[in-house]
Amino acid sequence: MIETENLTKKFGDLTAVDGITLKVEEGEVFGFLGPNGAGKTTTVRMLCCLISKTSGEARIAGYEVGKDADSLKIRKLIGLVPDNVGLYDDLSAYENLDFYGKLYDCTEAQRKENIQRFLTMLGLLEKKDVAAGTFSKGMKQKLAIARALIHDPQVLFMDEPTVNLDPESSKTVRDFILDLKKEKRTIFLNTHNLDEAQRVCDKIAILNTKLMVMGTPEELERSVSGRKTVIQVEKASDAIQAALRKLPLGNMVIDGNRLTIDVTDPEKENATVVDAIVRAGGHVQSVTVVGSTLEDAYLKLVRQAK
Amino acid sequence: MRLSKSWVIALKDFKVFRRKKNVIYSIIAFPLIISIIIPIVVEYAGHRNGASGIPAAQLLVLLPAFIFYFLIIAAYLPTPIASYSLVGEKVEKSLEPLLATPTTDDEILLGKGIAAFLPPLGAALGGATIFMVLIDLVTFDKLGYYYFPDWNTGVVLLLMVPLAAIMSVEVNVIISSRVSDVRAAQQLGVLMVLPFAGIYVAGELNIIPLSSTNNLLIISGVLLAADLLLLYVARATFRREEILTKWK
Repeated sequence: MIETENLTKKFGDLTAVDGITLKVEEGEVFGFLGPNGAGKTTTVRMLCCLISKTSGEARIAGYEVGKDADSLKIRKLIGLVPDNVGLYDDLSAYENLDFYGKLYDCTEAQRKENIQRFLTMLGLLEKKDVAAGTFSKGMKQKLAIARALIHDPQVLFMDEPTVNLDPESSKTVRDFILDLKKEKRTIFLNTHNLDEAQRVCDKIAILNTKLMVMGTPEELERSVSGRKTVIQVEKASDAIQAALRKLPLGNMVIDGNRLTIDVTDPEKENATVVDAIVRAGGHVQSVTVVGSTLEDAYLKLVRQAK
Repeated sequence: MRLSKSWVIALKDFKVFRRKKNVIYSIIAFPLIISIIIPIVVEYAGHRNGASGIPAAQLLVLLPAFIFYFLIIAAYLPTPIASYSLVGEKVEKSLEPLLATPTTDDEILLGKGIAAFLPPLGAALGGATIFMVLIDLVTFDKLGYYYFPDWNTGVVLLLMVPLAAIMSVEVNVIISSRVSDVRAAQQLGVLMVLPFAGIYVAGELNIIPLSSTNNLLIISGVLLAADLLLLYVARATFRREEILTKWK
């Protein structure tokens, strides 16, 4: 659905986005992570045909980004939730959505139906005639999402949709993204929030001007060594220690009856470790995986880039 | 270019302006005050020491000059609207989602232009109509005929006033790209009255006799050329990449 090849954007001497190549399949939620100034918003603006690319190629649903004839077609099949909601404060929620519906050539019936549907899904229906300027940040963000969906776009670009929101509003937005995922919409999600990315994204890319890495959240976690399994046993006997040392594991630290073992793939290795302990006559009280997470992967890659 | 898209944008802006009372007052009050105060002054001035008001010969000099006030008004009035329409959207960050819709830059610019042009034009022409009716009522006894409308007034109101309003809208688009505050945009926009005040003063000093229809047509031609030049600059300024990356 979204494809880029060596997509680059320069502002004078400054390279904001440096040759990124990525592919987002239809119905996928794609998380685009990166620190401030990494080029996430610039990438979204290029893909939404808001700014030109300097070089490289990008296509959305087969239409070429940067080609004048395709720009309007691309903008018609995408929806954008920008980092600033940019609502018309003097207009009501309904009027805001109705205006955008008209710009997307929706019929009156379509506009009415979609406004009703999305305001209901986002819990704003009761406020439909209230001026958007009186809304809380969370309500404004939800209204901005409804605005981006008013024409039923195939692709939705969301730039930091939960930034500055309280935990409850963030959860509502995240749950809504998951609802959209069920509807097989393709979602391109710019975010700083690693937890959010892990919860909702099928695939994640980490950007720091250049594309550092791309994969599923699990693949990214696995890509970073340093995960640890902490096993609490009733008694860390010599037999247990000897049995574990025979296994092809990483470093093991014994602290009383707590064993901390470096592992690369805890899902596979933990079963072997527990089995070895039980065979050596030990009693396992708890098994906990700690250490490298998506956050570790992110921080490691961003620090490497510096 | 699809006019329907521009009209949707203009209608949205009209809806927003209707809820901004300061914008409505500034558009209605100025022409209304001028159109009522001047006829009152004409009616009651010059009655001291038993005089019978402004003499007819003096009226024939004053009346054509008064109509130029509406030219100045037309140059000023788009400023409060255009500053809200463009700088206001910039401040509220509502331009980015608008630019992400399937509309062209020219369609958005035209929509914004219509929104900033039509209400001031209506107010200026409405004010001028009230002014002409009241002046005709208060001067008929002295002149023996209804002074307004005449050909020169027609050229001023139907040609120069719209061209002045268009110029003001274009200048405000250009100003909007350089300022990020509605008040600063309004203060700079007010400077638009200077060339038109200059035309009025030049007429009063007889440097450019404004009683000549030919002179009015020549000035209209100059305004048209300036409008076209400013349109080129405004279109170059109102490009989505410029707006998102370079507008301050």
